[in-house]
Amino acid sequence: MALITCQDASFAYEGHIAVSGLSFQVNSADYLCVVGENGSGKSTLIKGLLRLKTPQSGRVMLGEGLKPDGIGYLPQQTAAQKDFPASSYEVVLSGRMGAKGILPFYTQDDKDIAGKNMERLGIGQLRDRCYRELSGGQQQRVLLARALCATKKLLLLDEPVAGLDPVVTQELYRLIADINKNEGLTIIMVSHDIHSGVKYASHILHLKNTQAFFGPAEDYIKSSVGRRFIGETAEGAHRAEGGE
Amino acid sequence: MINTLIEMFSYTFLVRAVVVGILVAICAALLGVSLVLKRYAMIGDGLSHVGFGTLAISTAMNAAPLTVSIPIVVLAAFLLLRISENSKIKGDAAIALISTSSLAVGVIVISLTTGMNTDVCNYLFGSILAMNKDDVQLSLVLAVVVLAMFVLFYHKIFAVTFDENFAKATGVKTNLYNMLIAFLTAITIVLGMRMMGALLISSLIIFPALTSMRLCKKFRSVTICSAVVSVVCFFSGVVISYTQATPTGASVVIVNILAFMLFWAANSIKGGFQNEKV
Repeated sequence: MALITCQDASFAYEGHIAVSGLSFQVNSADYLCVVGENGSGKSTLIKGLLRLKTPQSGRVMLGEGLKPDGIGYLPQQTAAQKDFPASSYEVVLSGRMGAKGILPFYTQDDKDIAGKNMERLGIGQLRDRCYRELSGGQQQRVLLARALCATKKLLLLDEPVAGLDPVVTQELYRLIADINKNEGLTIIMVSHDIHSGVKYASHILHLKNTQAFFGPAEDYIKSSVGRRFIGETAEGAHRAEGGE
Repeated sequence: MINTLIEMFSYTFLVRAVVVGILVAICAALLGVSLVLKRYAMIGDGLSHVGFGTLAISTAMNAAPLTVSIPIVVLAAFLLLRISENSKIKGDAAIALISTSSLAVGVIVISLTTGMNTDVCNYLFGSILAMNKDDVQLSLVLAVVVLAMFVLFYHKIFAVTFDENFAKATGVKTNLYNMLIAFLTAITIVLGMRMMGALLISSLIIFPALTSMRLCKKFRSVTICSAVVSVVCFFSGVVISYTQATPTGASVVIVNILAFMLFWAANSIKGGFQNEKV
């Protein structure tokens, strides 16, 4: 059985159907990129996968022993976090909290896992630095390390490169692709950036309040939906550059 | 100075008040860090006004103030929490609505029963003489419970404060811990309200947290620092109010303002140094 299976699922937001007709599978070690314009139902789908929202109809099934709280989630940053007084290590360690249930304190094991994940993402030296004083890229790595602390199987990334400059963006994409290849972690990434999506991801899910496309990234480039969307965003980017 | 302190603590009512006050100051400061960072600081203010209303009612009913106030204020805390999480109603407006309503109810009840007198002034601005022996025992027990709960759930409170969405997604029962924070806050406010005054008690929650955030960079150091700052400010405030014969609550707030300005200046000077180095 696949890691995640959606069977004709739909999700509602405040009474309105936000996205419907979702039928797709995510297998172990896949890298799925979810694309679509604002309001196309991407955030609602994320809430559905995290089981923070139950489907209005259809089913979402988790397989291979994946539990809803075993998903490593990288949410979008909130305004309150930007000036939050906490060390990077405190933030990363809090990724272990979900697994602890009612137990009040962290064990040595939890601390080792947090330290190891920070080393793995190259932020070991930022351990005692204040989260709010880090650069945008460093903050994202801290949150990614926290997400890794919460999962063994699946990372769910919500616009991980929003607000980062191009160089840092590419570094972060490479890091995520690296985690996917070398450690076999399944990745689901919501993104605006379709070009990097088709470059790194194995599968594409395109939402337009319904499922406009789902399949391997190679097929997406050739599909009419994909060709149009890639063309539009390329044109948009071109226009933006020309305008500067 | 030493003589003044010895003289002060020869009064048992002062010793009682200071012991309870210090415990309440610690509780308020610890919870305050989380409340300020979660943008819930106004809840503390709203609750203290509800507390004023319950004080008036309990006096009118001739009941023990704490036993009437605690359940009502705890209920109000859960209500305010629900309101501020519900994006359809504007949270700050709802809080203003509830606090002014409770003030009005309190004032009406007082004027119908005892009439407007010095009691009202004491409710609003606090009095060090407000606590009797039974109050002190109950206050001590409750304050220790609040402290123990905070230590036990410290990591959960951090997780819920820093990123509620992530915590919820990884299986932390965020609603439960939000309610715990609201519950502990309500108890702390009721305990401190009569000494500090309904209008001034929320300063104990807000000031120490903001003060220590000027200088500290870790959540744990912010938490510890605000507890220390809170105790030092409270104690100095009480000593000043004793020697200068000023109202206790207001004196504590004034010391807190000075501490805030001191930390703020220290941070600016430190920042200036760092800029020069670069």
